[in-house]
Amino acid sequence: MSYPSLVSIADYSKEQMLHILELAAGFESNPNQNILQGKVAATLFFEPSTRTRLSFETAINRLGGRVIGFSDAATSSSTKGETLRDTIKMVSNYADIIIMRHFLEGAARYATEVTDIPIINAGDGANQHPTQTMLDLYSIQKTQGRLDNLKVVMVGDLKYGRTVHSLLMALKYFSPVFYFIAPEELLMPNEYKLICRENNIPYYENSNFEPEIIEQADILYMTRIQRERFTDLVEYEKVKNVYILHNHMLDKSKNNLRILHPLPRVNEISQDVDDNPKAYYFEQARNGLYVRQAIISHALGLV
Amino acid sequence: MDKKYVKKEMQVKALENGTVIDHIPANKLFKVVEILQLEQISNEVTIGNNLASKRMGTKGIIKVANRFFESKEINRIALIAPNAKINIIRDYQVTEKRIITLPDHFKGIVKCVNPKCITNNEVMEPRYNVISKSPLVLKCPYCEREIREEELQLL
Ligand SMILES: [Zn+2]
Repeated sequence: MSYPSLVSIADYSKEQMLHILELAAGFESNPNQNILQGKVAATLFFEPSTRTRLSFETAINRLGGRVIGFSDAATSSSTKGETLRDTIKMVSNYADIIIMRHFLEGAARYATEVTDIPIINAGDGANQHPTQTMLDLYSIQKTQGRLDNLKVVMVGDLKYGRTVHSLLMALKYFSPVFYFIAPEELLMPNEYKLICRENNIPYYENSNFEPEIIEQADILYMTRIQRERFTDLVEYEKVKNVYILHNHMLDKSKNNLRILHPLPRVNEISQDVDDNPKAYYFEQARNGLYVRQAIISHALGLV
Repeated sequence: MDKKYVKKEMQVKALENGTVIDHIPANKLFKVVEILQLEQISNEVTIGNNLASKRMGTKGIIKVANRFFESKEINRIALIAPNAKINIIRDYQVTEKRIITLPDHFKGIVKCVNPKCITNNEVMEPRYNVISKSPLVLKCPYCEREIREEELQLL
């Protein structure tokens, strides 16, 4: 039996990822089905994230399932000092699957050890958010018609940005070429560069965000640079406007280029990019619905 | 009597049956006591520390009478005393020499370095995967942080 929970993108093999993408395509062409009829899903958001919660709850509702849960820790029993273990055990009595977001890292992995029902990690602190990675992968496959041999440019906070780390872990099976564009303080960590080398994946690092790099790209993955990541605020002021994408920078880019961003954005993609047909970040978010439908139905063994 | 013989006599002869843990780094001796939970046993325990050692400068030694640790138990000290020597004594004779090996996975002993890790916020025992033995790199399977030797904090 395959492991039904999804805690970290590394829990999926290449084959399982491709299977989920295939299922997601099926849900995109037919998003309203009754496969979850009679099932109860719990969405436990110990840390609020309206965007992610609505995506999951829409996925469940459109498949005919029912939802219980809470949307922030203030309304949950954890504020009364209940342990995570007890909350998970209690909810396991009522639900067929738990979708959880927690501010502590490793919370979802621990939850899988105290219950027999599947756990879907909807974000555990700065650690993992695997459904985001699957929707990124789905968006790449959908816009490029393939996952293999793509040139992927990652821009912004590559040190703390969990979405770029997980995307790298997922794309490592598909012979990509990476361009890491980040300020000195926010470079891609060595452990991920080591993974590239072990998998014979070429990567280039640059602290300048130049149109010449964009011209090569099939995928331009933008991320937010957060002020709180900097110990030196002078350094932040220096770089905050360097990693911004403006429409004119896309003039010579390839026709198939698509711009992705995990959202919400602050100012790293200028609004004049939004009308460019290469901007894909809003559609990307919508793809999350189909991918989450696929992940939930798969975890429950219904597809 | 030559010097070597005297030394051997001092360290081993007193023990009729039991385990001698030798060549413990002097500054780790009491951690070894703690990890093996020797304060909780009623067997006769003899502890020597800051003893002269040709190889190590100073060292610690622990003798536990009538106790034969399982490899699984003794391997728990591998993190802090990887070069310790284990001698099993029966009837005043060294009947078995054991080498400590760090297991690929273990529970407890160290604290995850990540303050936002679930293991530091929930009543639970942490566990680790050993990614590399030399240099030592552990990985917390919960928060997925890697922990290097110089960052090790014992529980
Ligand atoms: Zn940890």
